[in-house]
Amino acid sequence: MKRFIAFVRKEFYHIVRDRRTAAILFGMPILQLLLFGYAIRNEISEVRTGILDYSHDVVTEALSDKLFSSGTFRYAGSLASEKEIPAAFASGKMNEVVVFEPGFAGRLQKDGVAHMQIVTDGSDPNVSRTVTGYTESVVRDYLSEQRDGSVQFAGVEVVPVMMFNPSLKSVYLFVPGLMAMLLMLVSALMTSISITREKESGTMELLLVSSLRPAQIIVGKVVPYLLLSFINVVTVVALAFFVFGVPCRGSVALLFAESLLFIMTALSLGILISTITDSQQVAMMISLAGLLLPTVLLSGFIFPISSMPVPLQVISNIIPARWYLVIVRAVMLKGAGIAELWRETLVLLAMTLFFMAASVRKFSERLQ
Amino acid sequence: MGEQVIQTEKLTKRFGNFTAVDEISFSVSAGEIFGFLGANGAGKTTAMKMLTGLLAPTSGSATVAGFDVYRQTESIKRGIGYMSQRFSLYDDLTPRENIRFFGGIYGLGKREIAEKGERLLDSLDLTEAADTRLAALPLGWKQKLAFSVALLHEPKLVFLDEPTGGVDPLTRRRFWDMIYQTAASGVTVFVTTHYMDEAEYCDRVSIMVDGRIAALDTPEALKRNFDAADMNDVFIRLARPAKRGEA
Repeated sequence: MKRFIAFVRKEFYHIVRDRRTAAILFGMPILQLLLFGYAIRNEISEVRTGILDYSHDVVTEALSDKLFSSGTFRYAGSLASEKEIPAAFASGKMNEVVVFEPGFAGRLQKDGVAHMQIVTDGSDPNVSRTVTGYTESVVRDYLSEQRDGSVQFAGVEVVPVMMFNPSLKSVYLFVPGLMAMLLMLVSALMTSISITREKESGTMELLLVSSLRPAQIIVGKVVPYLLLSFINVVTVVALAFFVFGVPCRGSVALLFAESLLFIMTALSLGILISTITDSQQVAMMISLAGLLLPTVLLSGFIFPISSMPVPLQVISNIIPARWYLVIVRAVMLKGAGIAELWRETLVLLAMTLFFMAASVRKFSERLQ
Repeated sequence: MGEQVIQTEKLTKRFGNFTAVDEISFSVSAGEIFGFLGANGAGKTTAMKMLTGLLAPTSGSATVAGFDVYRQTESIKRGIGYMSQRFSLYDDLTPRENIRFFGGIYGLGKREIAEKGERLLDSLDLTEAADTRLAALPLGWKQKLAFSVALLHEPKLVFLDEPTGGVDPLTRRRFWDMIYQTAASGVTVFVTTHYMDEAEYCDRVSIMVDGRIAALDTPEALKRNFDAADMNDVFIRLARPAKRGEA
């Protein structure tokens, strides 16, 4: 045990001595979160909306009111004709115009169908799509409130209800993904680099020739990063809560326990990588290309898994972050407990054991 | 000479069809400086790995510091010191921290480490630089420190794997003074080197060619037997017929 402590202390020296790495390790979670939280937002805070109302009846006025009272849309003026729209967009005065056809209320009453048009500035397609969606949902809201036996609506089929993220805040989505990414980075990348560094500098030989057991070396390497990663988890969750108001609706203890499990998964991957290669460069390449990219692209962090082509959906199953993401989102946003998440937890556990067994095998192979 | 610190009998290591070390038998006695020479790829490193308990032999037998290389590798590791080719210590730690770490992983007590550490720093004239990062120190100092650290847990036997690579002749000479002092205190030194002048400093020298020990004797006897002017000559004559190419 004394030997082991000496080893772990040395590992901490390495981390602290290397200022740049230490800065990255502790600074990155904060920076990333602020970046994702503030800069990269999918929601639109203010839509400058113009109204082109050919009808001017009770329903259109009420709809307009409803639109502007939602907080998202700001009244940017009324237009008299469609011809004015391009100029309004070009000057940036408006980025959305809602057009009501003549006799809107009457048609709605009589035919059950009335037409309105949502014109958006398509120069930023993402924004346009979101704006359109918002507007539609406001209209649907209104119509469903007004709905009685006499009014039938054709074509209104689904009313999407955003139960867990009512304001569609993207930071809710990013926090879990960010945690997965950071943990992969810190745990897998840093462990694999720190083990291969010992190989490169020749100190690994010294360690192996010493009376430290290989298992002690591995565990000694892992412990500091386990601790660091855990600190990062706590930092991200706390920051998300205090700065962005992201709630943790489920048990915080469960969230941390699952995070520890995921950290173990990532650490065992890092060890596995370091048994495959002797060079820090290669270890870094494998970690970045082989772990980080899939974590970002295929885990459902940014692109929903359900909208991926089937082969990619299948591949996403072997990415640990995918399962962790499901768990974190469920715990934080839905308040789910272990009863709902035992399957995902089991998958992560199995992966961890597999990677560990593989690295132990690889490690002892080398010593043959 | 007295007690045998290393004793091997037909020690062999095969990797598949390739016989890296082919039935080597030799013994090294206490307090001896034993030179272990051979061209690259001759099987030196593999033999060393077996003797330090890192690699299990395929056949044959050997004891190191009184322990069996098959069953008692842990005891061997505790009983030997080891200094690698790049006299590797941790560059981002200070000399004092390096001492504390290596003392620690060999299970020395806190006070023991502190006492020995101070004595060691003092004898190496490193007291002033004790809290400077190793990376800032000259190579010669690092080398001496690495050697001392390998001896920290007072092993009976120390393995030096090309301990003088990349160091200037004067520093090399000083380093050999340290080796002499160590051997004089009863510690056995098992050293590999590519410098033939260093081979002359050894009590006995073995030269490996193609996995076998082609010659083993005192430097004087080797020169006489091969009718050679110096060890360089002896080495080239023995190594030239080698079938394995340079690694």
